[in-house]
Amino acid sequence: MDIEQYKIGKEPFYQPQGDEVALYEAAYAARLPVMLKGPTGCGKSRFVEYMAWKLGKPLVTVACNEDMTASDLVGRYLLDREGTRWLDGPLTIAARIGAVCYLDEIVEARQDTTVVIHPLTDHRRVLPLDKKGEVVAAHPDFQLVISYNPGYQSLMKDLKQSTKQRFAAFDFDYPEAALETQIVARETGVDIETAGRLVKVAQTARNLKGHGLAEGVSTRLVVYAAQLIRRGVDPRAACRTAMARPITDDADIRDTLDHAVDAVFA
Amino acid sequence: MSKPADARQRQMHHPQVEAWWREMDCGFAQVADVFEECLYEALTAFSRKEMDDYVAAAKHLSRLGRGPEPVLAFLEAWPSAAAAVGAEALADVMAAARALQASPNGHAIAPFLQTLAPVARRLGSREQLAFYLDIARDLMARTTGSIHGRHATIASPGLPAFFRQAPQLVEALPMAGLQNWVEYGIRHYGDHPQQQEEYFKLALADSRAVLQRERHGTLFADAERRLDLTLRALWRDPVPLIPYSTAYHELRQPVPYYDRLGMRVPDVYDERDGISGLDRYRAALAHMAGHRRWSTPQVADNWSPFQRLAVEFLEDARIDCLLMREYPGLARILLALHPRPAPDACDPETTSCLRHRLAMLSRACLDAAHGYADSLLNETVAAFRAALDGGVASTSRMAELALAYVARTRRHSDQFARIHFDGTVVDYRDDNRQLWKFIEEGDEEEAFDAPRQTVQDEEPQGLPPRHYPEWDQATQTYRPDWVSLYEALHPPGESARIDRLLEKHAALARRLMRLLDLIKPQNKQRIRYQEDGSELDLDTAIRSLIDYKCGITPDPRINMNHRTSGRNIAVLLLLDLSESLNQKVAGGEQTVLELSQEAVSLLAMAIERLNDPFAIAGFHSNTRHEVRYLHVKGFSEHWDDTVKGRLAAAGAGWSTRMGGALRHAGAALARRQADKRLLLLLTDGEPADIDVRDPVHLHADAKQAVGELAAQGVDTFCLSLDPKADAYVQGIFGKRHLVLDRVEQLPEKLPLLYMALTK
Ligand SMILES: Nc1ncnc2c1ncn2[C@@H]1O[C@H](COP(=O)(O)OP(=O)(O)O)[C@@H](O)[C@H]1O
Ligand SMILES: [Mg+2]
Repeated sequence: MDIEQYKIGKEPFYQPQGDEVALYEAAYAARLPVMLKGPTGCGKSRFVEYMAWKLGKPLVTVACNEDMTASDLVGRYLLDREGTRWLDGPLTIAARIGAVCYLDEIVEARQDTTVVIHPLTDHRRVLPLDKKGEVVAAHPDFQLVISYNPGYQSLMKDLKQSTKQRFAAFDFDYPEAALETQIVARETGVDIETAGRLVKVAQTARNLKGHGLAEGVSTRLVVYAAQLIRRGVDPRAACRTAMARPITDDADIRDTLDHAVDAVFA
Repeated sequence: MSKPADARQRQMHHPQVEAWWREMDCGFAQVADVFEECLYEALTAFSRKEMDDYVAAAKHLSRLGRGPEPVLAFLEAWPSAAAAVGAEALADVMAAARALQASPNGHAIAPFLQTLAPVARRLGSREQLAFYLDIARDLMARTTGSIHGRHATIASPGLPAFFRQAPQLVEALPMAGLQNWVEYGIRHYGDHPQQQEEYFKLALADSRAVLQRERHGTLFADAERRLDLTLRALWRDPVPLIPYSTAYHELRQPVPYYDRLGMRVPDVYDERDGISGLDRYRAALAHMAGHRRWSTPQVADNWSPFQRLAVEFLEDARIDCLLMREYPGLARILLALHPRPAPDACDPETTSCLRHRLAMLSRACLDAAHGYADSLLNETVAAFRAALDGGVASTSRMAELALAYVARTRRHSDQFARIHFDGTVVDYRDDNRQLWKFIEEGDEEEAFDAPRQTVQDEEPQGLPPRHYPEWDQATQTYRPDWVSLYEALHPPGESARIDRLLEKHAALARRLMRLLDLIKPQNKQRIRYQEDGSELDLDTAIRSLIDYKCGITPDPRINMNHRTSGRNIAVLLLLDLSESLNQKVAGGEQTVLELSQEAVSLLAMAIERLNDPFAIAGFHSNTRHEVRYLHVKGFSEHWDDTVKGRLAAAGAGWSTRMGGALRHAGAALARRQADKRLLLLLTDGEPADIDVRDPVHLHADAKQAVGELAAQGVDTFCLSLDPKADAYVQGIFGKRHLVLDRVEQLPEKLPLLYMALTK
C-alpha cells in the first residue's frame, strides 16, 4: 500500500477564522471524530486538507452522494484471474493506514450507508467487514471527519441524532468581510481592493437569503469570480457569470444583483 | 338552509354578523347571499370601529334607491381596497359616492365601486386614491350639463365609461398622465356627448393615442419588488415603500420622504440625464437609507430657516458621500442627477442666492471636479472632506460647518422674497423631515389598540375538549390545561369543487406526476448486472469466470445492488383556517383559502402517489377556551371523494392559536411508526388570539411546542404566506421554514416543497 499518495505534499493555504486549528489539534490528539458544519463553499474541505498536512497524516477524502452504498465505503469483492478478490474501500484503507478520513457532504449519502461508520466512532474503533468476515481494528492514527450543511431544507438530508451524537462539532460560516477579502486575494492573486469588492457583492447576495434566494454566494464562487478577473475578464462580467447567474433564475433578483455589481464596481 | 322570502329575516351563522345584518336592515336577497362572506373577510383586517364604519357605509349605499349593485360592489371591494390604501380612506370614497348621488350621475356609483378594488390596489396609498377621486370629480363637474343655467341636470356621458376603464388606465399611467388624459377628453369632447363617451371608453383613436403619449417612465408598481430587493441587498433596511402622486402640485414637485410607515416615493420616475427611472428610484432609496443609517435628528428651535436649509444641504452631501464610499458605482447615478449650477446663474443684486450657493457647495462636496473658484466655498469643502476623512463624521459636525458657511457668506439680498430656485433642487433627496426635532411638540406615540374581533359564546359540539398546556414566557413555566381543544370531523361538502380546481391545474398536475415518478421508490429490489455494486452476484460471477477461463471475453457486470425503498415518512398537514384566509390574494380574485385548497389538493394527490402515510387537519381558535381542530383526512383514509368533500367545505374564521393545535397534531403524528414524522404547517400569519394582547406570548408558546415535538421525533416545518413573517418565523421554527413571497405560486410551491423536504 502506497501511503505517500495520500499525503499532502505542499502546505495548503488556509486562513484560520478563529481558534479552530488549535481546537482541531486537541480533538485529533484525543482521536475524537469531528463534524464540520457550515454552508457549501465556506472552507471546510480546505481546513481538513490543511490539518492533515499540519499533522503530517495521510488524508482520504470521499465525496458522498445519494447512490453511494456501504460497499463503496468499506469495499467489495471483485473478480480476477484467481477467482474473487477483496478490494478495500476508502474507509477501510484509511482505517488500516491511519489516515484522516474525510466524508464530505455526508448527508448526501443514504442513512443506511452512514451507519457503517458508527463502530469506528466509539471506543471500539473497529470496522467490521461483514462480507469478508474480518474486523479491522483502526490504526492508532486514524481519525474520522465528516462535513455537513445544516442549511438544507430536507428532512431526509439531516443526520440521525444517533450519528450526530458521536462527533465533536466545528461551526463554519462565510468569513467576515476583511478575512474573506484576504482569502480571495491570497488564493487567486487579485489585488486586495478587487477582492474586497467581490466580497461586497457576495454580501449583498447573502442579504437576500430567504427572500428568493435559498443560499447566498459562497466563498468558492467569489474565488471563481476572482480567477476569471485574473484571466482578464471584466470584473462586472466576472461577477455576473461566477456569482449572480449560478445562484438564481429569478429576473428581479438577477436585476438587483446586477445593480449591486454596478454599484460596487464604479 | 331555506331562505326566508324577506332578506331582512335571513339568518347569519355568526351572531355578530347577524347583529350587523340587522343593523343593515337591507331587503336585497343578493346582498344577503354574500354579506356573511364579505364581513368575514373584512374582520381579518378591520378594527371594531372600522367594521362599524364599513357596515354603516354599506347601509348608506343600500338606500340610494339604485338597486343592490352599489352595495354589492362596495361590500366586495372595500376590504381588499382598504388593505391597499388604508381603512381611513373610506371617508374619501364615501364623499365621492355622495357627490355622485347629489349630481345627476348617481348611476355612475355602481361602476365606480365595481372597479374600486383593482384601482386601489394598483395605486397603493390613500394619497394616490384621493388624487384619483379628484380627477373623477373634476371630470364629473366639467361634463355634467346644465340647461338654461339652472341646476345641472344632464348626466356626464363620459363618467361611467371612465370608471369602467379605470383599472386599465391606472395600470398604464402615472397620476399626472391620467390627469392629462382626462383633461384632453374634457377639452376636446366636452360638448359631444356621443364622442365623449367613446373617448372615455377608449373607443376613439384619439383617446388611445393620448394614452400612449402619456404612458412613460418607470411606474412604481412595476418596480416595487426590485426596489424591495435592493433595499434588502444593498442596505439591509427593508422598510415598506409607499407611492405618492407626482401630479399634485403644478409648480413644485413633491419630494420623497420617510416616516413611521415607510419610505414615500413618487408613483413614476422618467429617465433623466441618462439615468433610468429604476435607478432614480434606487438613488432616492439609497439616500433615505443613508439618513437612516448615519443621521441624527437635530433640535431645530434655535435655528433660522436659512440656517436649517444650510444644515440640510451639507448633511445631505455627507450622506451622499458616504453612499458613494460604500458603493462607488452610485457616483455615476448621483452625479448625473445632482445639478451643477453655473457660478453666475444667480444675480445677488436682485435675488436671494442662498439656495444657489448651497447647491454649488453640495455639488463641490460630491464632485472633486467641480471647478468652482470661490475661495470660501473651497475652504468649506476642504473642511468637509477633512471631517469625513477616515470616518463618517456626524450631523452635528455638518451643522457647525453649515452655520459657519452661512455666516461668512451672508448677503443682504438673502432676505429677498425672490428666491433663485432653478438648478438648486436635488430631486433624489428626501425632504429631511426626519432631521429635525421640535422641543415644543413632544413626541406622542400613537396608540394601537383596535380589538380584532368580538367574542361570541357559541357552544362547540362534538367530543369533550382535550386540554393542553401553554408556555408562559414571562415566568418560564407551563400554564397547565390552559387551552381547550375541540376535535371534530370536518363537515362534508361538494367534492366536485376540488376536482374542478384540480382540472384548472391539469398541466401542473401532469408535470408533478412525472417528477413524482422519478423520485418514487420501488420497494426493495435487486438490481443485477452491475459493473459496480454492493455485492457480488454469484450466478453471473461464475458464468463470467467460466467464460474467462474458456478464453471468451467475460461480462464484467457481475455485481448487484439492493435498493430499499428507504422512504418511510408519515406526514400531517396542518392548515391554519383563521379568518385572514378569506382575504383576496393581491392582484387576483381568489382568496388565500381557495389557493390553499388548490395547493392542498395537488399535494394530497402527490403524496398519495408516493404512498406516504398522510393526514390533513385544520385549526382555528377563539380564545384559549376554544381551539377547534378539524380532521379533513385521516392517515388511514384515501384521497377520495369523502376527503375532497371535507376539504371543499373548509371555511375560515377566527384566530390562530398555534401551540395547542401543534401539540395535538404532533401527538397524533408521534404515534405513527415511521423513520421520519413531518408536521407541515401552512399559515398566513403569526400566532394570535383575541384574548392575548402580547403576540410574543403566543410566539414563545409555539416555539416551545415545536421543541416539544422535536423531542418526540416530530419535525415541524412552517410554510408561511405572511410577507412580514421574517420578524418572527425564524424565532419559532428555526431554519425549518419558508416564506412564500408570492402567494399565487402556492399551488405549485407546496408540492415541490414537500418533495424537496423529503428527497
Ligand atoms: N479559510 C479559508 N482559507 C483558504 N481558502 C478558503 C477558506 N475558505 C474558503 N476558501 C476558498 O473557498 C473555496 C471553497 O472552500 P471548500 O473548502 O471547498 O468549501 P466547503 O468544503 O466548505 O464546501 C476553497 O477552494 C478556497 O479557495
Ligand atoms: Mg436628505
